[in-house]
Order: sequence, then structure tokens, then C-alpha cells
Amino acid sequence: MRIYLSLLVFIVFVLGAILFVFNDKASPVKEGEVQVFELTNGMKLRVIENHRAPVVVSQVWYNVGASFEHDGITGVSHVLEHMMFKGTPEHPAGEFSEIIAANGGKENAFTSKDYTAYFQRIASDKLELCLSMEADRMRNLILDEDEFLKEIEVVKEERRLRTDDNPNALLYERFSAMAYTNSPYRQPIIGWMEDLESMTIDDLRSWYRHWYAPNNATLVVVGDVDANEVFKLTKEYFSPLPIASLPKLKPRREAQQYGVQRITLQLPAEVPTLIMGYKVPVLKIAEDENEVYALEVLAGLLDGGDSARLTKNLIRGQQLATSAGAGYSLYARHEDLFTFSAIPADGVTVEQLEEAIKQEIKAIKQTLPEQKEMDRVIAQVLAASVYEQDSSFYRAMQIGILETVGLGWQTKDKYIEKGKAVTAEQVQQVAKKYLVDKRLSVAVLDPVPIEEADVQASNAHAGGRHAN
Amino acid sequence: MQTKISTMMSGVLLVLLSVLSVQAYAIPEIQRWQTDNGARVMYVHVNGLPMMDARVVFDAGSARDGELSGMAALTNGLLAEGAGGQSAQLLAEQFESVGAQLENDSLRDMAIVGVRSLTDRAYLDKALKTLSTVLSQPDFNQKEFERELARMKVAVTARKQSPSSIADEAFYRAVYGDHPYAAPTGGTEASLEKLTLDAIRGFYQKYYVAKNALIVIVGAVDRPQAEAIANQLSAGLAQGEKAAPIPEVAPLAEKKVVRIQYPSKQVHIYMGQPGMKRGDDDYFDLYMANHPFGGSGFASRLVKTIREDRGLAYSVYSYFHPMREAGPFMMGMQTRADQADQAVGLLKAELEKYIKEGPEDDELADSISNVVGSFPLNLDSNGKLMGYLAMMGFYDMPDDYLQTFVDQIGSVTPADARKAMAQRIKADRLVTVIVGDIAGEATEDKKAETPEE
Repeated sequence: MRIYLSLLVFIVFVLGAILFVFNDKASPVKEGEVQVFELTNGMKLRVIENHRAPVVVSQVWYNVGASFEHDGITGVSHVLEHMMFKGTPEHPAGEFSEIIAANGGKENAFTSKDYTAYFQRIASDKLELCLSMEADRMRNLILDEDEFLKEIEVVKEERRLRTDDNPNALLYERFSAMAYTNSPYRQPIIGWMEDLESMTIDDLRSWYRHWYAPNNATLVVVGDVDANEVFKLTKEYFSPLPIASLPKLKPRREAQQYGVQRITLQLPAEVPTLIMGYKVPVLKIAEDENEVYALEVLAGLLDGGDSARLTKNLIRGQQLATSAGAGYSLYARHEDLFTFSAIPADGVTVEQLEEAIKQEIKAIKQTLPEQKEMDRVIAQVLAASVYEQDSSFYRAMQIGILETVGLGWQTKDKYIEKGKAVTAEQVQQVAKKYLVDKRLSVAVLDPVPIEEADVQASNAHAGGRHAN
Repeated sequence: MQTKISTMMSGVLLVLLSVLSVQAYAIPEIQRWQTDNGARVMYVHVNGLPMMDARVVFDAGSARDGELSGMAALTNGLLAEGAGGQSAQLLAEQFESVGAQLENDSLRDMAIVGVRSLTDRAYLDKALKTLSTVLSQPDFNQKEFERELARMKVAVTARKQSPSSIADEAFYRAVYGDHPYAAPTGGTEASLEKLTLDAIRGFYQKYYVAKNALIVIVGAVDRPQAEAIANQLSAGLAQGEKAAPIPEVAPLAEKKVVRIQYPSKQVHIYMGQPGMKRGDDDYFDLYMANHPFGGSGFASRLVKTIREDRGLAYSVYSYFHPMREAGPFMMGMQTRADQADQAVGLLKAELEKYIKEGPEDDELADSISNVVGSFPLNLDSNGKLMGYLAMMGFYDMPDDYLQTFVDQIGSVTPADARKAMAQRIKADRLVTVIVGDIAGEATEDKKAETPEE
């Protein structure tokens, strides 16, 4: 990443209600650097000036998501994200989107395990419009019951579309629910259907009141703007907003696992699928952060492109897999899973495929990765750090995630340096330590013929299909 | 509030203001030339980031498959699976050791091969040399052919567990009948059985040729470098011939209803018919007619009627997908099975009303202001510029397409939009595809209309 703060000298002024941090005039800010501001009500502002095109990305991040939810109200963060478009006294339902659209903008929102974010992409001279409306809905949402009753049906349709009718998504949902014992990562972001059925407008109101406040939010702006101007606008619209007393989250650290955990889903489908996940530390909770970067390099060795080991050995070499991948999210808030997912080649069983993936893990444990492979991963990391600057949206997202989970945007700057410092021995070490059976969970999609499922489904229907 | 004012303004004034504000923005300068062996080149110099994208687009999509659907996709997919005597592994290592990213894809019209690379000389040279090998010396070995074919067969099988894929396939079959656009790009079980390595080689030799290629270069390389890159990428290609035109798409003679039973919780509904080509005389009128109807997301009529007012669907939309020949006009949504009939009725009623009445003045004015205002968003990265240039070059759009885009959009009137929509879309001749748990409901259309597989 070419976001350096080394040139910046921070001077802090406390002036009336506002705390602001600005850049030393003697060191003109270079385009592309992260500029850091904070309001006295606790709201964070991060700005990157990028004058390539007369446009801006504005993202408001809330430190709340599915992993903040307790049993029975799963999905509430995501439903609230939907309701954020349903009006304030100033802007009735739907008007937010209409105004942004009529001003040539594109907007939406997304909810994850660890955060909820709202964004606009728009001509840079329209930023004020976005900020004024985001400030308005941060504290003034109406949360009308009639709107909720319609919108909850939309969310149920979304769940049917994304999860219930998608065998691989359903497999992943049940895999997560099985792999974690008590971590909130066991809960689906979209929520269990049962919880959506019983959700009330009061659940939404309570969630909104607790979490939507300037002291739980980060505004990230990337584009053709002047950072100090953005700060002025941010103060104007957000500093009058009152802070909330944020609930103190229980730790909910995942309990120890004592052996391999398995689940099989027999679903109407055609193609078997395998997911394997090993519980691993992430940056936020790691005792030794070098382990986290070693796991990141390990993921690159296994699945960093068409020359990486899974494609090389499982798809092309032994031809056991039609597709195979590995994944790891080092910026998660809780202990996470280092996952493998694969679809067997025709005539290959998921058992054979699981064994082959374990052989790949064993190979790493037994033989030090070659320097050539390590170099390739680093070359890809370096190149990606340039390519990702082509997308302002992506850059804003990285800052938003890091700030929201509490790692700080500077973490991204350490990424290359930390990645480069990882040795083959460290990679081997984390594989030996973490990719072991007592940390493993396995989920298998075992397809049952769609026609048979058809009959079953029809019978179930006869038992009583009813309007929700 | 800015918008309160804008909705009070007349559409014309609003458009005028928007046009003025956007034209202050510099449209990237596109340079064009041809290589010695006849490949067309488009190039835009973008400074700032030390990276460049080079993409070669061939008129070699699945519209060229003939009886062997899946052939274009497999040919494209095999290029980097062994070339110049080097294995897929070696080729991948050459790209990835310098952080370069190979892209390849095969659509109905286009076949795409390209690379994104850093512009550091040593890195870029290696990436381009490897790309050139992949483009011009594919080995098409039997072993790789069999492996990739087997993977395609699994992908075909996987489509059967996705109601949206089933619906999509049925929709194209019903709209396009005998036209080459009818078949799925990934092929069918039957067609993949018939694919041979000889056919693949023949396809490559006929279509992966300089005269059938467009080279697009975007990024931090200067004109002499861009010329050298274009030469390097085209040099190994046979000169060949530009591909012959594909047949025109015949309008639908009558309505068709396709119902497919599938045990999903939702039904997937697609409705539509042949729409328009790239460069169609009515392109801007139709594009702007669709925008407030189902093309503008939360601001659109379909989202308001189906999602916001009734909570019937998460996703509902309509679009024209312009292609070399008439691409589809499509309305799509998914809803709980017991709401299928209501949903189909609503989609149809909304379309009929819209064809009859066209957009409201305010609706169109808001849409124009959205499309004009968001125009710079479409050109704000190398990746997006590449997409635009490839589209413009491949479909022979005029050089001033980007310069005149805003004026073209701004000059569409509600009467233009209504007229174009009414002339193009015939509500009594729609294809309707419904996939879901609809057993026990009327199925009389099914036998006659379910496409053969």
C-alpha cells in the first residue's frame, strides 16, 4: 500500500466542542495518503485524496454486525441495514435513494459479521449531500412498523435466494454453525429464518438505539476532495449528534475443540462439495502477530493463483478436484477458520479429496516451501498493493474494516513488510501448530437426486404451505 | 435540499445543468491504429499508478459455436493450459512470479485474453512475453483437453442445482430459438460429448487471428511502448480474416410460457424478448426508457412496486443487454412459490402500463440526471476504462461515443422513450420462464414449451 503517514506531523487542537487533527502545513499532504481526523463525539474520519477523476466514495462504518448478536435475534444487524433506507422525519422512506440517484450517485450498504457499512459513489461536489443524509439517518431513523413488516418479507426472500435455494451457501452456513461451539461466528449474517419470523420492530429500535451513534462510527472518504474541507463538512453534520452509551460486549471467545467435527448435508443437488476449516488466530487476538502473517503466506502458497499448490496438485496434477481453494481472513474480530473448499472431479469421492488436501498440508509440514514459491507470493502481494489502488472503493473498504475492528488503518501499511519478513520455517511452523485434527471441522454436501427431493418437498407442501 | 430544488426545476434546465457540470470533466483521449497484420488497437495513457492492462478481444464467443456449444469457452480456457511447449504450471509461474494477473473469459460475442501487470520493465516484459506465447502458440494437448472438458462437464451438472441457472438457460432458449445466442456459453451435456481437440484447433485457427482481434491497452505506458506491446501481442497471430456476421435475431411470433418444476423455496421468473443491438438507432431512447422502469435500482418502478410496496422480492429489475445482434430485454425477479402468479401478473401489468404511458416527465428527468451525473463514475479506474474501450472497439462504436454520450442521454424526451419502448417491446409476445416449486399448478404450457436438452 502506498499510504504513508511518515510525512505527517499531527497537532492536536481542542477547540470548543471539536477535537481536530490536521496536517502540518510545512509537509504538504501527498495524494494517496490517509489523513486522520476525529470529532469530539468520538466519530472517526479518514480521508484519502485521489484526484484521478472528479468522483468520491463515501462510506459510513458502524462497529456492529452479526457477531454482536445474541441467540434469538440473529439477522437483526442486517435487517436494520435494510431499514436504514426507510426514512427519517426529514427524508421519508425511499427518498435517500431517490435523492442520491437523481444527483448521479450510486449507493448501497452491506452487513458483515464484524461491521455494517453504508456507501455512496458520486461526483465529488455532491459529497455534502451524502454526509447530510448519512448524519440524518445516524440518529433520526423512524423505524415505522408498517415499513418493517414489508421489509422483513424482503429479507426473507433474500435469505431464500442467497442461502436456502443455494446448496453451497447452505452448506457453508451449517458448516459455520457446526464448527464454532460458542463463538458468535456460528450465526449466519442474514439470520436464521426462525429468528426473522419472530423479529419485531422493537428489536430493530433497540439495536439502532444501542449501536448507531457517532462514537461507534467511522466515516471514510476517498476521492477528488480536500481533506480539510471534508473535515469541515463532517463537523457541520455529525458533531451535533449525541453519543450513545455503547453496550459492553461479552468476550464470547470460542471454547476449546477436542477433535475433528463433521457434518453432512443431504440436499437436492448434483455436485458434491467439501469444506474443511481449521481454527486459527487472527491479528486482533493473536499472541504472536508473526503467526498471522505466516498463515497469510500459507494461504498464498496454497491458493494464490494458478501456479499455487492446490491448482497445481489437486486440479492439474492428480486431477482429483474440479475446483479447490483456501481462504483466511486475518482482519476478523474473533478466532476464525482457515478454510479449504473443493469440488471433486467426476468419479472422485469427497473422502479422497479430503485426504488429498490433508496430504498437501502434510507436505508443507514435512518439506520447507521453496524460496521460489515464497518469492512468488510476495511478488503477488506487492503487485496487488498497486492494483488495488485502481479502486477507490476497495481502498476505502480496507480502511473501514481496519478502523472498525479496532486494528487501525496503519495495519495495512505493515502488511507488505510483515509479509516479506515471513520465512519458510514460520510457514511450516504455523501449519504444524494450527492445521491439526483437533482444530478441524469438515462439512460435506452429499447430493440427493433433485427428483426425489421434489417428491419430498411436495409432500411437505401438502402438510400445509401457508403464508408467513 | 438540493433535490427538492431539482425536482421543481423543469427537466430541460436540470439536464442542461448536469451536462455543463459533466463536460468540465476531461474524457480520456483514445488513440487508435492497426498493427501490420491487421489487428485493431485502442490505447489510453493513464498516469499515476505503475500498472497497465492489455486485453485482446476476439470475435470468438459462443455465437461461433455452431452445433458444438461450449467450444468457444473451451478453446479460450485451454490457451493458458500449455503453450509454446511450456506447461500450464510454467506459464502460470511466469505470470505470477512477477505479480501479473492473466484474465480470460468467453461470452456470447467476445472471447477475452489479457493481463494486468506492473509497468516495471523486467516485470512487464515477462508478463507480455508469456501472454504472447499463450495467445499465439497454444499447444492444445490431449491431456489438458480432457481435463478441462471434464471440468466443464461438472460445471454443466452444477447448473442443474441452481434454479437461476436453469431459468437463465431456458430464457435464452425460448427467446433465441435457432439463433446462436440460444445455447449456454458453457455448453450442454450433449454438446460437450461431441467436442474434439481437432474442432478446438480449427476454431482457434479460424477465429484467434489478427484481423479478428482488438487489442486494448490502458495504463502507464507511453505511445511507443503501447505500439511495441500491440506488435508483440499480434505478431504471433495469423493474419486470417474477420469473422463473418452472425445471423440477425428474428422477433418472436407469439408469446411463450416455460414452466419448469424445481424443488426450490423461491420461483425464479424471467420475462422478456429480443431487445436491441449495440449501436442500435434507438439505443439511447431504449436505454433511458428502461432506466426508470427497472434499470435504476431503488429508484425504479419495478423495485417500488414489487419490493418496496409489497415486499415480494429481494431482487427485481429489467434491462436491455445490447449485443452484436439483438441482445435480450429482460425482467427478472424471485419470490416465494405461492406468490409466483401474483408476481408474474404484476410484472406484466407494469410493463403494459409503461409501454402505453411511458415514463413520467419527472421520472425521466431524474433518470437522465442520474445517468449523466454518474457518467464519470464509469471511467474512474483503469479497469472500468478497459471495459468501456473494449466494448466501443469490439462493437465499432464511433470515436466520439464518450464525448457525445452525455448529450445523447440528455436529449431523450419522455415521448422518445415511450415511442421506442412501444415499438420495440410487444407485451403480447413475451417469453415467460418460471422455475420453481410449481407442481400442481397449471402445466399445460410446459410440454409444448420446455426447451429440448
